[in-house]
Amino acid sequence: MEFFRIKHDIPFMSYGRYTTAISLVTFLFAVFFLVTKGLNFGVDFTGGTVIEVHYAQSADLAKVRAQLAETGFPDAQVQNFGSSYDVLIQVPFKQNIAGAKLSEQVIDSLRKQDASVEKRRVEFVGSQVGKDLIDNGELALLLVSLGIVGYLWLRFEWKFGLSAIIANLHDVVIILGFFAFFQWEFSLSVLAAVLAVLGYSVNESVVVFDRIRENFRTMRKAGVAEIIDNAITRTMSRTIITHGCTQMMVGAMLFLGGETLHYFAMALTIGILFSIYSSVLVASPLLMMFGVSREDFIKPEKAEAEEVLP
Amino acid sequence: MNQYPLWKYLLILAALLAGLIYTLPNFFGESPAVQVSPLRASLKADAALLARVTTALKAASLNPEIVMLEGNSIKARFADTDSQLKAKDVLVTQLGEDYVVALNLLPRSPQWLTDLHALPMYLGLDLRGGVHFLLQVDMSAALNKAMEAATGDIRSALREQNIAYSGVSREGKVLLVKFRDAEARSKGEAEIKQRFPDYALKDRDEGGEYNLVVTLKPEAEHRIQDSAVQQNLVTLRNRVNELGVAEPVIQQQGADRVVVQLPGVQDTARAKDILGRTATLEVRMVDETHEASTASAPPFGTEMFKDRQGKMMLVKKQVILTGERINDAQPGFDNRSNEPAVHINLDGVGARQFKDATRENVGKRMAIILFEKGKGEIVTAPVIREEIGGGRVQITGQMDTVEAQDTALLLRAGALAAPMEIIEERTVGPSLGAENITRGFNSTKIGFIMVALFMMAYYLMFGTISMLALAANLLLLVALLSMMQATLTLPGMAGIALTLGMAIDANVLINERIREELRNGVSPQAAIHAGYDRAFGTILDSNVTTFIAGLALFMFGSGPIKGFAVVLCLGIATSMFSAVLISRAIVNLIYGRKARLTKVAIG
Repeated sequence: MEFFRIKHDIPFMSYGRYTTAISLVTFLFAVFFLVTKGLNFGVDFTGGTVIEVHYAQSADLAKVRAQLAETGFPDAQVQNFGSSYDVLIQVPFKQNIAGAKLSEQVIDSLRKQDASVEKRRVEFVGSQVGKDLIDNGELALLLVSLGIVGYLWLRFEWKFGLSAIIANLHDVVIILGFFAFFQWEFSLSVLAAVLAVLGYSVNESVVVFDRIRENFRTMRKAGVAEIIDNAITRTMSRTIITHGCTQMMVGAMLFLGGETLHYFAMALTIGILFSIYSSVLVASPLLMMFGVSREDFIKPEKAEAEEVLP
Repeated sequence: MNQYPLWKYLLILAALLAGLIYTLPNFFGESPAVQVSPLRASLKADAALLARVTTALKAASLNPEIVMLEGNSIKARFADTDSQLKAKDVLVTQLGEDYVVALNLLPRSPQWLTDLHALPMYLGLDLRGGVHFLLQVDMSAALNKAMEAATGDIRSALREQNIAYSGVSREGKVLLVKFRDAEARSKGEAEIKQRFPDYALKDRDEGGEYNLVVTLKPEAEHRIQDSAVQQNLVTLRNRVNELGVAEPVIQQQGADRVVVQLPGVQDTARAKDILGRTATLEVRMVDETHEASTASAPPFGTEMFKDRQGKMMLVKKQVILTGERINDAQPGFDNRSNEPAVHINLDGVGARQFKDATRENVGKRMAIILFEKGKGEIVTAPVIREEIGGGRVQITGQMDTVEAQDTALLLRAGALAAPMEIIEERTVGPSLGAENITRGFNSTKIGFIMVALFMMAYYLMFGTISMLALAANLLLLVALLSMMQATLTLPGMAGIALTLGMAIDANVLINERIREELRNGVSPQAAIHAGYDRAFGTILDSNVTTFIAGLALFMFGSGPIKGFAVVLCLGIATSMFSAVLISRAIVNLIYGRKARLTKVAIG
């Protein structure tokens, strides 16, 4: 079986202007939604209390809300979580209430109403923790970006590192844009997924770049655009199949992993889809723009020795 | 050309065998157990205790599957939670207060596996259920306390040397010592410098006043903060011991935070009560020269506190002794009046301080003040009858036996060096934990099967080999996680699924390369060789970038995210090994020997 039996190289580089324009528009949309709607930060970042409870029968949300309002939490958000038996209660962070005791108050109050209620999960996060998490998240993002640029610079050339990181940071912004547009909850695990995507989707660029470098050595007479077109076409089959396989795994998580893994898998899904596009159709045109040339690999003797690994 | 030397096969075989052994315990599951550990360092869990536990259980006609001595505790495993709970009750009443009896889970794996230190993966709180707390230590309170102590120290030093000064006042973290003339100041400065190397001194003249500004040196400040956290850790450990948790985790996180994890604990209210008791204890002298009244501010150098009856009392600000000097405290009875009492044992420094203070103040009253959440309450204010040496102190006051026990527990668990506040809590119920395991496991399984079917259909023989390599990858990853006893969390399980999905990349790269070489008319043997060789550089590059992301997540992530990062990084290592070495070994075994290979099944 073979899906991609492509005889001639597809002239991707001549579409470069369109493909970069498309991603620029998507990018701008993402930025627009990030600015206007903003991210719906989860309790991990904003601070507050989330309580998940389980009832023996379908829960009456209106009654739960009334009971909570009576106990002194009129601003508690009450919603079903996964099934009608499970209820998620979110109480925003308040300065005057000792946050650590809040969960007990809520559970006690619900228990008065219905003794069958079972505490499934409590997450209380103080505001200072949330701030630290955001700081750490930003630091991690910076470190990953610098690390990747540094590594690609070492292995290839600065032009490669720069175009790969631009392409992939643009993926990150697009994932965030999706989360802003749909107002999905942005939690700590989503952040982890975003960072993992950053590391993972760079793979894509690396595979293409590897081919480009190889082609510079083997296709002595070809122009730069031809070399890049050939590299993309030759790796396309691998790209689709690899991402398809990863997506099967992620898809299983998306549908079977439960609520906790759902948005984690969602961020990965968006990341995987866009990384195919951007690392091929954004990173390579950028590479052209930065003026990659055969002279960048003028010392092939040394590089050749490196290639012959066991 | 496609042949491995024998040692390479043996290496792979050994790795797989080790992987199998260390993965095995995960299949046996865990059974409810009871764990008995001594509360005090003087007591040891030994064969005698083992015999006691065994007979106690036998007398209650409970049949544990196994009773064993491990480390400094006795563990008994049961078939079901019912007998586990019964056993706990039996042991609590039989063994008394000297031992902690906690509920636990023990692996059901056979003894020979346990002997090899092959243990099942360590499950995080989101998978096994339990409570996670993050506590913040209030550092400014610790520094304030240190400066308050400094005020007293400087006063007594100057008085001892007969250096005239007109006052010592504190403004936040700065002390101001006032002198009448420059000469006294320079003498005072020299004296303070010599006695207290921790203070930084600076002259300041203001309107004819000769002042000396005293601040803590940064390194001293650092040391105070560090020891405050360390002491709080010890205190928390003692308190958690009283709580009876099988495998608590109490760790410092960052400069001023402490993580407390209590697996299996569901009664969070009680846990918070015991942990959150921000009690610090101070012994000070009662000021008897002034009358306490709520109408006016307390006189200079004194503070007003309520006692247990709600009566106001004036107490000097200077601290004689703090809770950290207490070694042990036990409830008991006064042997004369038979009143409930608390017997306290002080450490060497504390004993000396206490002896000096009691000698100087015979006939006066001393107050023991318990600070909880910034508010002080006088526990008791006994009259000092005589000089108390040897560090043995008995407190009696208006308290009943329960109060005596409570006070003793607080004193014994040690006061905190600085108050702490819970700033994060994550509780997961056991049913959700079990559900999380099933969900994580199912999504990995379904994903794996889908990928396997696709790969076998698309690359035929080579797809099958890739899947064998991927299965080996899973085996090695689980074995590595079990071996390191790294904490497996739900994001960690997601990490396993994700690394498997990503590991496929290496095999796809190789298989695609082989196909391409074959298309270019290279002979099958040469194509296999070139495919593996050429793909290796790319595989390495792409894995390094993911590894960088994993490393950053590990450095900056907390809790479950760290679990994800660990799995990601380990998964990259095992997938490199399995995708390159193991799959190549299988290919070599199948095709390598055939001299005239005309066709390979790669689709």
